[in-house]
Amino acid sequence: MTDIHPLQYTATQIRRRVVTMAARGKTPHIGSALSSVEILAALYFHALHQDPANPELPGRDYFVLSKGHGCMAWYATLAQRGYFSNEVLETYALNGSCLGEHPSRHCAPGIEFTTGSLGHGLALGAGLALGARLSGSRSRAFVLLSDGECEEGSIWEAAMVGAHHKLDNLVAIVDYNKIQAMGRTHDISAVAPLSDKWQAFGWAIREVEGHDVGAVVEVLDKVPFAPGKPSVIVAHTVKGRGVSFMEDDVLWHYKSPDESELAAALAELD
Amino acid sequence: MRKAFTQTLAELAESDPRIIVLTADLGFGLFEALSKRCPDQFVNVGVAEATMTGMAAGLALQGRIPFTYSIVPFATARCYEQIRNDVCYQNANVKIVGVGAGYAYGPNGPTHHGIVDAAIMRALPNMTVLSPADPIEADLATRAAVAHQGPVYLRLGRGGEPVLHASPPDFRIGRGIILREGQEATLIATGSIVSVALDAAVQLEAQGIGTRVVSMPTVKPLDVALVEACVRESRVVVTLEEHTVAGGLGSAVAEAAAAIPGVRAPVRIFGIPDRFAHTVGDQAYLRELDGLTTSRIVDAILDVLATS
Repeated sequence: MTDIHPLQYTATQIRRRVVTMAARGKTPHIGSALSSVEILAALYFHALHQDPANPELPGRDYFVLSKGHGCMAWYATLAQRGYFSNEVLETYALNGSCLGEHPSRHCAPGIEFTTGSLGHGLALGAGLALGARLSGSRSRAFVLLSDGECEEGSIWEAAMVGAHHKLDNLVAIVDYNKIQAMGRTHDISAVAPLSDKWQAFGWAIREVEGHDVGAVVEVLDKVPFAPGKPSVIVAHTVKGRGVSFMEDDVLWHYKSPDESELAAALAELD
Repeated sequence: MRKAFTQTLAELAESDPRIIVLTADLGFGLFEALSKRCPDQFVNVGVAEATMTGMAAGLALQGRIPFTYSIVPFATARCYEQIRNDVCYQNANVKIVGVGAGYAYGPNGPTHHGIVDAAIMRALPNMTVLSPADPIEADLATRAAVAHQGPVYLRLGRGGEPVLHASPPDFRIGRGIILREGQEATLIATGSIVSVALDAAVQLEAQGIGTRVVSMPTVKPLDVALVEACVRESRVVVTLEEHTVAGGLGSAVAEAAAAIPGVRAPVRIFGIPDRFAHTVGDQAYLRELDGLTTSRIVDAILDVLATS
């Protein structure tokens, strides 16, 4: 059994960084970042075969943040893991920085792929997984999607081809926070039933409580869930998780905390 | 500009039931008046730009006037083949709206920069490309788009652009708007960066260089007659756009100028160099990095005048 207490602590540290970044950079998408924190903590502090001291490690696992707008949590996780310094993190979204509101390839160590237009990441991941297999590498490709993003047709094209080519080194994780830019996902399109869709497309599925870091670790340890099939983890999450007044509210797709909101958020994240 | 557009569109939609607005899950809070007053004339199709554009073509081919709405790259490049085949080839009466032209979404990074849209939209047969400079032109361009039969691409800023017109100008698709007169040099600009051209003209005037400024809210079809007048009457013509130098307003003006026989002024194109931004910054910061500033334009014009 993995001792999950350090991971819970790490998740809180990541959240503290995220709310601080959003306040300083006056940037949106804090809710989308906060819903991914346990997933990123479990990946970077447990599951991914990577080395912060050697971001080009041969045979490393790949990570694609297909929901690029959630990048505050990813940048914070990478800094926490030692890929780059706090000084770099603190420039986030400021003039002259390398860290934008969506990630760019090689803008900082550990960031290998440009994203920000939704619906691109799963195909990129399928290419990485196919390439790894062709070259005899044990690399796996992990792709973090949002639920709203699953409205893009290109997600389902990649899902089909990934299953056809039996890419069991391809892992999709859906951050299923049930809110997208204009409102509740289920009020906008028929994303549900999500797991049934992935199953119909030939993927092996696990659903998980996405803020139970121990459960996320456990499920990540089991990929591939079935030999010869790509794996998908449908992670049930809450937008804005960890800060009571940001939770499950579409407004925090847009707002950034002011001084008093930042202080209140940090007080909750102690 | 964005607010002028949504207000005008809501007003037009109320009196014209053919208008229907589709968004790919963007425009939070912008379409509330429209969706409340005309609930059947507003659909959020979700994060699905290709489907939004194809649906718009289907609606248009029944006689409706659909608008599609997203951030510039997602309204244009993300669904380019639907625009090419479903909209333009079938000459469907679809109005495509891209918000955040140029570096308006600067800190969002290169995926959100609207820097090639005018070029790729201009390349499509049947497409009209509108690029208003301020909220007043945005209002008039929205009305013109509805009145025009056929595909239109409407390239908008994100918001907060200064008003450049004291009163509504005579706005017609295919016509430039002369904002100030001057004998020596001409600046032809499009989009919100027209304000920079006006600032440059003021500085040049102070140095005795009379400078005409043209706002070119229609990139296609270009006002060729006005371009001809400018290259014949001025000693130098400079184009300015917050868009790549490959294929946008500057290219359109240069193509037109090249076809004009006889003595004519040299044309200099100011725009975004042929490269992606790799530095994070807001709109003003990224304009500065690319040299799209008043002082650089003034220097370029003085340079050409000194050597010609």
